[in-house]
Amino acid sequence: MSVAIVKYNAGNICSVQNALRRMGCQSQVTDDPHALQTADKVIFPGVGEASTAMRYLQEHGLDVLIKSLQQPVLGICIGLQLMCRHSQEGDVDGLGIFDAQVKRFESAVHKIPHIGWNTIHNLSSPLFKGINEDTFVYYVHSYYATGTGVIATTNYIHPYAAALHKNNFYAVQFHPEKSADVGETVLKNFLAL
Amino acid sequence: MLAKRIIPCLDIRDGRTVKGVNFEGLRDAGDPVELGKEYSRQGADELVFLDITATHEGRKTFAALVKRIAQHISIPFTVGGGINELTDVAALLEAGADKVSVNSAALQNPALIEQIAAHFGNQVVVCAIDAKWEDNKWMCYRSGGRIRTQKPLLDWATEAVERGAGEILFTSMNHDGTRNGFANQALAMLSERLSVPIIASGGAGSMQHFYDAFAIGLADAALAASLFHFKELEIVTLKKFLAEKGIVVRL
Repeated sequence: MSVAIVKYNAGNICSVQNALRRMGCQSQVTDDPHALQTADKVIFPGVGEASTAMRYLQEHGLDVLIKSLQQPVLGICIGLQLMCRHSQEGDVDGLGIFDAQVKRFESAVHKIPHIGWNTIHNLSSPLFKGINEDTFVYYVHSYYATGTGVIATTNYIHPYAAALHKNNFYAVQFHPEKSADVGETVLKNFLAL
Repeated sequence: MLAKRIIPCLDIRDGRTVKGVNFEGLRDAGDPVELGKEYSRQGADELVFLDITATHEGRKTFAALVKRIAQHISIPFTVGGGINELTDVAALLEAGADKVSVNSAALQNPALIEQIAAHFGNQVVVCAIDAKWEDNKWMCYRSGGRIRTQKPLLDWATEAVERGAGEILFTSMNHDGTRNGFANQALAMLSERLSVPIIASGGAGSMQHFYDAFAIGLADAALAASLFHFKELEIVTLKKFLAEKGIVVRL
């Protein structure tokens, strides 16, 4: 199986490659259109700032390319946020794959960013096969998505989308590549789609 | 529910882990990668690797070690020590670190925090603060606790957050290495005044101390080194203890 990881100006891209390698799966970090279009699976990971990342994707034609992909695609963290309609971070329009909005956490009581291990609920996708309700996964983010196509939720300040799905596009707000064995299961499930 | 985090800290010198008592008298406690993997298996929520001699000797944390850690460990980790400029941060993140902690360099050049946050996001910046309670106030120290600064703890912590730090890692120099418990009053003060997560460090000696850091110190995470390195306390045992006392932990 060939797995392509979208190369762009976000951080932590090699973490996903490391996680896949620990599972015995080789992958290619690339921004080559042909490599991305012909891979069996595509992962769109990263941490970073939404408007900066979106600008980079547009300048490199990756925005159009990612939207046009036909194989299973997994967005992670900012990948998920960029796949939504609009992000409050930098007031930027995203790829519009998911009918969802990205907003900043607001609270006078809770700490922001939301950092650490939190539980996932309402799991309703093959992506979470073998994973129990209330399992802990690792998060680090200040913005969250809300909208349609939610296949898992997490509660921090309020419930929000822990994962989204539409057609061949999947995305998780948490970091499977940093979520120990549970994260590995999510990645394995994705590769098995 | 967001879990309270247990974070083993591995102080690194020459690619090996060490732990001092009040920053002196270092002892060798093993290979960072092996120890990190073991902690991950035991249920550590995160790891911190600090190159404690970096500032003093002007050394950089070795990207090669960070790269090896990133390849073998499936939980988040923070790297610190010897970070003086943005290029240091870029190299460590490129090698696979999830976060970097800045300490002395940020005290001397606070704009460094803004630069890192602007380039890589707030979540990448952990501002590590070593402070000592003396003359009825908490004062910040730099260079591994060797040089006293003019900055009071709360002032500097507040400034660091305003400049973009995503977390504060507070070490009480009075408590570090004593095993008499964390500086809970100072922790609670930071936690109540600041909008970002607070990591407690310095003084862990028993399971009750961790409970106190969360329940009294209102810390979001607690860090310890020697207690874990010498197998005096297993992380899973600690977490079960905390869970029984009503603290949310990942088991």
